Amino acid sequence: MNDRYDAIVVGAGHNGLVCASLLAKAGRKVLVLEAKDQVGGAAITRTFADGYSVSACAHLLYQLQPQVRKDLGLKFDVSSDQMGTIALSPDGNHVRYNGNEVSGTSDEDAASYKDFYRRMTRFADLLQTYLNKIPPRLAKDASLSDLLTLAQLGLDVRRLGKVEMQEFLRLIGINIFDELVERFESGLLKGALSLDAVLGTHLGPRSPNTILTYLYRLAGSHGAISAPAGGMSAVSEALAHSARDNGATIRTAMPVKRIIIENGRAAGVETENGELFSSWLVVSNADPKTTIMRLVSARNVETGFTRRVQNIRMRGNAAKVHLAMDGLPHIKGIEKREYGERFVVAPDENYVERAFNAAKYGETSTKPVFEITFPSFRDSSLAPTGKHVMSAIVQYAPYELREGWSDSTRQAFLDLAIDTLGEYMPDLKQRISAAEMLTPADIEKEFLITGGHWHHGELSLDQFLFTRPVGGAAQYAMPLDGLYLCGAGAHPGGGVSGAAGRNAARAILKREQAA
Amino acid sequence: MTTIQEVPQGRLKSPFYPRQAELDRLNRWHEWKGYSSADGFYDTTLEYFAIRNSTGVFDLTPMTKYRITGPDSLDFIDRLVTRDMRKIKPGRVAYAVWCNDEGQVIDDGTIFHLQQGEYRLCSQERHMAWLTAAAIGMDVSIVDETHDIAALAVQGPTSYSVMKNLGLDGIGNLKPFGLTNFDFEGTDLMVSRTGFTGDLGYELWLPAAKAEALWDALFEAGKLHGIMAIGTEALEQSRIEAGFIAAYVDFLPADVTVRSGRSRSPFELGLEWLVDFKKSNFNGRRALAKEKRQGSTWRLVKLDIEGNKPAHHSYIFAKSGGRRKNIGFTTSATWSPVCKQNIAIGTVRTPHGNVGDKLFVEIYYQREMHWSRVMAEATVVDKPFWNPPRRRATPPGPF
Repeated sequence: MNDRYDAIVVGAGHNGLVCASLLAKAGRKVLVLEAKDQVGGAAITRTFADGYSVSACAHLLYQLQPQVRKDLGLKFDVSSDQMGTIALSPDGNHVRYNGNEVSGTSDEDAASYKDFYRRMTRFADLLQTYLNKIPPRLAKDASLSDLLTLAQLGLDVRRLGKVEMQEFLRLIGINIFDELVERFESGLLKGALSLDAVLGTHLGPRSPNTILTYLYRLAGSHGAISAPAGGMSAVSEALAHSARDNGATIRTAMPVKRIIIENGRAAGVETENGELFSSWLVVSNADPKTTIMRLVSARNVETGFTRRVQNIRMRGNAAKVHLAMDGLPHIKGIEKREYGERFVVAPDENYVERAFNAAKYGETSTKPVFEITFPSFRDSSLAPTGKHVMSAIVQYAPYELREGWSDSTRQAFLDLAIDTLGEYMPDLKQRISAAEMLTPADIEKEFLITGGHWHHGELSLDQFLFTRPVGGAAQYAMPLDGLYLCGAGAHPGGGVSGAAGRNAARAILKREQAA
Repeated sequence: MTTIQEVPQGRLKSPFYPRQAELDRLNRWHEWKGYSSADGFYDTTLEYFAIRNSTGVFDLTPMTKYRITGPDSLDFIDRLVTRDMRKIKPGRVAYAVWCNDEGQVIDDGTIFHLQQGEYRLCSQERHMAWLTAAAIGMDVSIVDETHDIAALAVQGPTSYSVMKNLGLDGIGNLKPFGLTNFDFEGTDLMVSRTGFTGDLGYELWLPAAKAEALWDALFEAGKLHGIMAIGTEALEQSRIEAGFIAAYVDFLPADVTVRSGRSRSPFELGLEWLVDFKKSNFNGRRALAKEKRQGSTWRLVKLDIEGNKPAHHSYIFAKSGGRRKNIGFTTSATWSPVCKQNIAIGTVRTPHGNVGDKLFVEIYYQREMHWSRVMAEATVVDKPFWNPPRRRATPPGPF
């Protein structure tokens, strides 16, 4: 073996960088090995057509935890801040919402939305506290701090007050559909909120625990959306700078072939080009399946654990569409200044659920839902002068497509997506000069995420908190000495939040202290 | 239209059943993993003495048999069990235990290295779900051949002579825990020098279609050597004498326990010799390493008890500070006719149960409806109660 490090982080995704930076800040000699040429994992900007760039996977920032920003003194420019959401209607009667304000609906809906938003953000604040904590262990060897965290959780729920606590407990496991139809009449509002709850998941608005996924979205910034200047790479680069400033070494284009296990503990890594790096601490930013099944290999871990890892549900269902356009498409009822907002195509709650129906049977939606942005509108660095890019998430496109993903099935879904968008943007087709679609299969390949699921595992109650990624391994430490997980597959989950990376670093330092 | 294949209902009959039925006088059968298995055929005491004085034949067919093949078969088995399977060469058999992630024993069994990279795993219980999980990420095939392979245990001092009479040339060279193959009427007959009686003996394995032919040839070969079909009762008595443990009797498979502390680690079953921390990773290693550092809760003991009343379901006591303290319970007990000893296998809390410790067992017994109780002294012994030199002699003697 050549160089010895205090810690090796496998993968320079945003969580890996957060973790590396915090470990380096604590005085550890840290090496980060990234398979790709650029840091950031799924939070990157890349060119997809000559002169046109876009945030290739994650494209909006709404969950980056204030704690992460503070701990690392993170600074980057944003091109759009406090972006509002516009739920599109073909007739131009759109519904707009931002914060607790909604327009385009009845007054009753607007009032009801204020109340809904107040309650949801209150619950999201409670959740957010725990997203930034190491989840307590429930096993018989739980430590005092585990028990205290657990007691605190119980107390915090109780302190909501009797009525709010009952509401919290009622809502936390149920689907968002039921709650929305009880509260609102506007289909556009219900559709858009449904979409907010299910973006990036293999869930429909009628699936259980979609209130939880909605709260997860609000946790951190109450749903306030921003876009970094220059795309997502701005965030990742800022994190990489922070890590380097703290003394970490980051090496790109160094795919890790395996994590070396010696006598039941992690001892280093071997890269694809045969280089060996030793360290008694290996932190994987890869998803749990890749980490355990491929990098560690089942041979080196326990059978029951392997089975639980194998059974993690992580089949992506969201595709990404990138369009290079020679001008902004016309949208009825939208003023020029509004193109910097976030648009959604989700006409009503049933439309979203029907879109999901297809995915249950391994088919793409015939009427897909969209989250659309025109990042070049406020960020001229992303497209040539006068030209524009569109970045959209399209659902549902199941990872396990029955026909299988191929050039032709991808093209068919891209065509369908563009046709669907054409109902809202009649001149869209004429404007397109280049188009790209990333299906979950492509996301798996490009971002090295099993199943192409950007949360590294479905965000559902059975894969949450104490059981994320799996029971018995929820405190970032894997059941192999010296091996940790710091990515979205660990608590709390995906999104550009940095919480998993920060919690992992804290768990590692806490363990070292205890040892 | 899909036709649903008829599935066997009720109890399965062993391929040896037609022959067993002819011999059966007791009509006492119990269920063993879906099969009818005889408690005994004529007289269980006679059957027991066949094992110790001549040859007893026990039908092993219901025993779980998995064929494990594929490029990763050795890796798979080596990770599954606690002992180092790299040392078990083709033609050898290994007794082994396998544990869950917490280092608790799921079952014990024998693993036959049939030929390079090809194994048969035999156990009392079925384990397909666990083996399938253990195969995740490995290139290995696991086929349940329980119903396809008929098997007989041929055990006792004259079993070697019976094997010779059966025409198995060279069987004398077969060492304990060895296996070899013969041609039997055009099919493969695998013979291993293994058994559950602690005596000289063999186990015979062949395709189920040839079961009756083998039975006939075997009983013909053994008719001057006191060959006798035996049932589970006689076998049970002899396995306790040999100091072997049985699932659901001396331990519960970890995958069926519900309450914490009801399963056992290999250390707690006296099987420390099967746990090899020098080998590559195996299932339960982390937990077992921790237990080795911190100490176990339970210890399996073999007890030599005064008197002649079998200590079934008895509490075990230790004297401490002039008072008797309850430290455990017996799990298997019998009067051993061949050892002339009252013996038992039990579980006690550590640190009790060191070899030579004098303990007490509380034996309840019934005489003409009335219950009585004795507190019998019991000595912890480490060697099997019955372990004759003929068990190991190669070639064995022609008794």
